Amino acid sequence: MKSKTASYPYLIWTTLFIVVPMAMVVFFAFTDQSGAFTLQNLSTVGRYSNVFVRSIWLGAIATAISLVLGYPLAYTIAQGTERRQNVMIMLVMLPMWMNFLLRTYAWMTLLEDNGLLNNALAAIGLGRIHMINTQGAVVLGMIYNYIPYMILPIYSVLTKIDQSIIEAAQDLGADQKRVFLRVVFPMSIPGVISGITMVFVPAVSTFIISKMLGGGGNLLIGDLIDMQFLGSAYNPNLGSAISLVLMVLILICMGIMNQFDDGENEKGGLMI
Amino acid sequence: MKIASKVYTAFLFLFLYAPIVVLVVFSFNASSTRTMWGGFSMRWYEKLVQDQMLLLALRNTLLIAVISAALATALGTVAAIGINAYKGIARKMIMNVTKFPMVNPEIVTGVSMMLLFVFATRLFGDSSLGMGSLIIAHTTFCLPYVVLSVMPKLNQMDSHLYEAAQDLGCPPVCAFFKVVFPEIMPGIVTGLIMAFTLSIDDFVISYFTSGTTQTLPIYIYSMTRKRISPEINALSTVLFGVILLLLLVINLRKTKDKKAEVEK
Repeated sequence: MKSKTASYPYLIWTTLFIVVPMAMVVFFAFTDQSGAFTLQNLSTVGRYSNVFVRSIWLGAIATAISLVLGYPLAYTIAQGTERRQNVMIMLVMLPMWMNFLLRTYAWMTLLEDNGLLNNALAAIGLGRIHMINTQGAVVLGMIYNYIPYMILPIYSVLTKIDQSIIEAAQDLGADQKRVFLRVVFPMSIPGVISGITMVFVPAVSTFIISKMLGGGGNLLIGDLIDMQFLGSAYNPNLGSAISLVLMVLILICMGIMNQFDDGENEKGGLMI
Repeated sequence: MKIASKVYTAFLFLFLYAPIVVLVVFSFNASSTRTMWGGFSMRWYEKLVQDQMLLLALRNTLLIAVISAALATALGTVAAIGINAYKGIARKMIMNVTKFPMVNPEIVTGVSMMLLFVFATRLFGDSSLGMGSLIIAHTTFCLPYVVLSVMPKLNQMDSHLYEAAQDLGCPPVCAFFKVVFPEIMPGIVTGLIMAFTLSIDDFVISYFTSGTTQTLPIYIYSMTRKRISPEINALSTVLFGVILLLLLVINLRKTKDKKAEVEK
């Protein structure tokens, strides 16, 4: 059953619809409207460096908070009985099955100036706080949408840790804190790494969350790209240049993250 | 569990579910504001059922999901078998290209395909973006998931089984369907289900490749842009109910299977 021919239809498909489009992004990024070579687009991207910085900054904050919030939950879930684990993991995944536009929309309802949270705050005598259309709201939206991607890989790594290793550490006199810091946490690093990438990549490149929760004032890279292709500022050449820079940035980040990981990076536990 | 971790778990689940509860509760709101309760009513559900655009979008979404999941599963399964025959650098390169759409930001994949499709429509004239481009795009981003769920099953399989079948007089095609296919079936099914759900749920890539064709997520997006549209709450509730029901059925079947296994 060794026939390479079987892969040809797939290779043709992938070339046509992955490789060629990517080549077109590169081509557009380095040409102007008439198709002549130019570096103008890439230098224009420089003008938006504040947007890039904001996206990376907000994405990084959202990723960090997701890790800090998600790790303890993954750890708690992994401690439970098998039946309990299944139920809890199902509960973590259930919101993900709802379209993320709807989930983000729900937060709009909650965060608005006349929204439910503010009404509740006013009712108990605390003043209203302006929450929607702030960077905080964008970060909240990112955390809400992507925290399951942090919890699931960490959980799946934690459950695979051999219990006898933990027992061995305890036998050798390590207390609970030491066992966690010296044994459990280091062994869960691969899960943490894939969690970080799975939260950071979509968070940095989102354009819906910023649009819905950030108002017009908190543009992210994704919004910028959207504007060049489907928005008022129609300019696919500039849009391609921004996409190219975003892609290179992400690939560099992934490369760095993979340095900490020992190869076998399965996209742990995404489904059912 | 200790009290602290119980409280913590409860807090996080509250965070995860509060927005969904709000959507569900307000879908029964009689008033058309998003945040004031005006009594119980089913009016948004009635509106939903009468919404022709929505029904069309739903039909498109299901059609695209069925076709592209089937296409991706067929193409991806055959591809996995082919890729398995490669060794060394060639294999590594193919796998890297395969994983690329999973790693690449969705928005970049979306705009890159948009560039291709716009170019193609200029080249071939009449056709414009729509069902065709959506099906191609969805098949493309589902493919890696199928390949990656079939590959491990192929690797786990004992390759001698296939040879043994041939030694016993089964021609290659027959040996494939009698021996290899049943072995890798779980991987294929997983791939198919993943492809289907990914396709139904996709917004970003569809957004850039749909032209004027509406899919459910795109329609939802246009609803959220309107700011006040309580219909959305009703729609969310219906979708959430369907998902919940599906998951319950799947889980019940799983426990049944387990029980049956134990009884054997």
